[in-house]
Amino acid sequence: MGRLFDFMLPDNQSPLTADSTDGLFHFITEVSFILLVGITIALIYFAIKYKRKSEDDETPLITHNNTLEISWSVIPLLITLVIFGWGYSGWLNLRSVPDDAYEIHVNAFKWNWGFNYSNGAQTLNELHVPKGRPVKLVMQSRDVLHSFFVPDFRVKHDVLPNRYTYVWFQAEEAGEAQIFCTEYCGTSHSNMLAKVIIHEPDEFETWLETNGGGVSGSPVEQGEQLVSLQGCKTCHSLDGTKIIGPSFKGLFGKQETLSDGSTVTVDENYIRESILNPGAKVVQGYDNVMTPYEGRVSDDEISNIIEYLKTLK
Amino acid sequence: MAVAETKNLTTLQVKRFKPSDNPTNTYLTDEKGLWAWMTTVDHKKIGLMYLGAVAFFFALAGFLALALRTELWTPAKTFIEADTYNQLFTLHGAMMVFFVLVPSIPAALGNFVLPMQLGAKDVAFPRLNLASFYIYVFGAIFTFISLANNGFDTGWTFYTPYSSDANSAGVIWVTLGVFILGFSSILTGTNFITTIHKLRAPGITWGRLPLNIWALYATSIIQVLATPVLAITILLLSMENIMDIGIFDPALGGDPVLYQHFFWFYSHPAVYIMIVPGFGIISEVITTFSKKHIFGYWAIALSSLAIAFIGFLVWGHHMFTSGQSSVATTVFSFLTFLVGIPTGIKILNWVATLYKGSIDMKTPMLYVFVFLFLFTIGGFTGITLGALSVDIHLHDTYYVVAHFHYVMMGGTLMALLAGLHYWWPKMTGKMYNETLGRISAVLIFIGFNTTFLPQFVMGAQGMPRRYYNYIDQFTIFHQTSTIGSYILGVAFLIILYNLMKSLINGEKAPANPWNSRGLEWQATSPPDFHNFDHTPVIIHGPYDYHQPMEEFQLGLAVSHNGHGDHHEVTTDETEKA
Repeated sequence: MGRLFDFMLPDNQSPLTADSTDGLFHFITEVSFILLVGITIALIYFAIKYKRKSEDDETPLITHNNTLEISWSVIPLLITLVIFGWGYSGWLNLRSVPDDAYEIHVNAFKWNWGFNYSNGAQTLNELHVPKGRPVKLVMQSRDVLHSFFVPDFRVKHDVLPNRYTYVWFQAEEAGEAQIFCTEYCGTSHSNMLAKVIIHEPDEFETWLETNGGGVSGSPVEQGEQLVSLQGCKTCHSLDGTKIIGPSFKGLFGKQETLSDGSTVTVDENYIRESILNPGAKVVQGYDNVMTPYEGRVSDDEISNIIEYLKTLK
Repeated sequence: MAVAETKNLTTLQVKRFKPSDNPTNTYLTDEKGLWAWMTTVDHKKIGLMYLGAVAFFFALAGFLALALRTELWTPAKTFIEADTYNQLFTLHGAMMVFFVLVPSIPAALGNFVLPMQLGAKDVAFPRLNLASFYIYVFGAIFTFISLANNGFDTGWTFYTPYSSDANSAGVIWVTLGVFILGFSSILTGTNFITTIHKLRAPGITWGRLPLNIWALYATSIIQVLATPVLAITILLLSMENIMDIGIFDPALGGDPVLYQHFFWFYSHPAVYIMIVPGFGIISEVITTFSKKHIFGYWAIALSSLAIAFIGFLVWGHHMFTSGQSSVATTVFSFLTFLVGIPTGIKILNWVATLYKGSIDMKTPMLYVFVFLFLFTIGGFTGITLGALSVDIHLHDTYYVVAHFHYVMMGGTLMALLAGLHYWWPKMTGKMYNETLGRISAVLIFIGFNTTFLPQFVMGAQGMPRRYYNYIDQFTIFHQTSTIGSYILGVAFLIILYNLMKSLINGEKAPANPWNSRGLEWQATSPPDFHNFDHTPVIIHGPYDYHQPMEEFQLGLAVSHNGHGDHHEVTTDETEKA
């Protein structure tokens, strides 16, 4: 507390992952600050004290000084070795997940964060976690590289399309924390945000139960929930405004002009194709940026989504 | 009486050549007209052409930076769309790195100064030198073709699989441009290495090489060894984009982390291609304006080489969060600290050089002081980023953005400005306005810190880089930063005005306005077409300020054809007619 550079770091909501990082950050920044002040004072002092008096000034011949040079090589080397060891031990801790960690699966895709919980509950752009218990996130990308970053926990890891990566943390205060994507991923990279919602442990159990089991209801109701969960609304509005893709409002049955100039009527088959292989027929005026949903939604789910879209007149 | 002895103990007959302050025939008057410039093989003219091209791209990329900073004035849209913003920051980064920083000091100032500091008439391969300039221009044209083909919004790092996805036409053009540009870099490096080995004037031993030459030598080694890897990477990327051969894209069976290894294997050493030549300039300017022998000549010379070699082994520190192996991550962190040490040694040696000097705070020296302050911050924050656990938090935030601007702009660019003002009288024969020069340096110092200091704070607080929108809490930092960037813009306009004005009605520069002991100052301002009208003979080191000036103005008394039959021992001290 009360350290010189405290103002630089955000809240520490996960001491088990953040404390070592913060300690080292303060150590390096403070030592650097002292050295910088020293060097600056020397520069200013020399500039004033040894200011040129005339063009005929004579200066002494000082070529080198072994003691000085060895000491200012070896001492910084020792300090940096301490920093290396400290950083290494903090990093080992970040990579060593406690055995009793609660596991949540993370799906990153342009430009959303999907979270899958042990009982089948799913959330989009909201990560619900219990307080006071280690949480491990097993992460995977469905398209390009993303990176999962929670400043308040001091954890970050890239999310890759071809392998699982993980982070862990243990939040100690009920409340919220900000999630950022920190690997550039295209147009809406800076909107790829999400929140961590930290619950009291019993509250978390209740939340899980009430949200478990996935989508339910009539086909139209299920379709509506799927459109939310799959992140469709990030790029397709429901009210006719143009975001990144065409709006869903009044889409079904409409004539669309494609990028190659031909036209197509938006029917069941066109919607199905556009979900599974969006690049096949791109509507004029839009970029081909959508992630293919092949293998991510079932035939039944596609049908339900289509039924829902039909209701958006 | 000065007697110069060459290695094989042949005694040379030397006499004093005092450079004229009113040269009648210079490289600028020697051949005239556009065609003569475009086909010239004179290293000085090629250096100036590079300088013009680098200045052009710097102005363009700097203007983009101002547009980016203006867009970031508000958390949401200020005046451009997200896609435009993404293209602009990519273009800003790619142009600054590949078109400005990499060629700036070696190819522009280095080309002009290197042969003169060696007492040579030109570089070893003058035509190759001209070729590398045109290859550079050719590569740049490809980037503009790319802009006409949808542009590119991948960030200057071209990370896969994003870069192999949509809009790949623009990416292919620009990466081919960078591929071509690489050859320019390799040829300049080869040329410099050969020149330094073979064209040193009599008496310039390795221990008497100016530190600027040592720095350019280390840089050239990196250019020759690292740049081919960039070429290979880009070829693989293009093969993937054009022919769908799976190398980096997981959809085709490739691995995106492999791309990052390839990319940083070049691009980290490239950081040293950008900064090491700056170190050379600092050593030259700081000794001249403190009129004092450099402190720790060998420490500075050899640390450049150490940086060049260790710099090859630290690329993985860009990838601590990427998913590379844990062992690799640990080793890369350790080696990163080792490369920091030689850099720290240099800074302390420069500060020690000032001790008991005769310090004249002229514009170039002011830039050196700005350099020392800013680059020290850049170096220290590099240590912060090298520490494993801390880097996990800071990676890909504005802390990194601030760090590399302190190193690249606070380091390389300040050194470039120091060198530009230092050698300007030599290059043009004109003096600039000293007061305006100092004002610009102070303004740059203020503008720079206003721009980039807040970025350290918001980065540590979690503001990610490459963000078009941001959350409200960062607004104050972004707005301060934007104001700072406008101050920087004004400062650069003042520099431009000052230098251009000097060309039109600047005071005539004497041969050696700073009373430097450097060999390049023993030629006229501007120099003769062949730099010196005699072969210089060197009996002292370039920083021997305790020796009288006339002993730095020696040359072969009798021009000869290189056969060793001239065993005269007399020294003629008469002034050149």
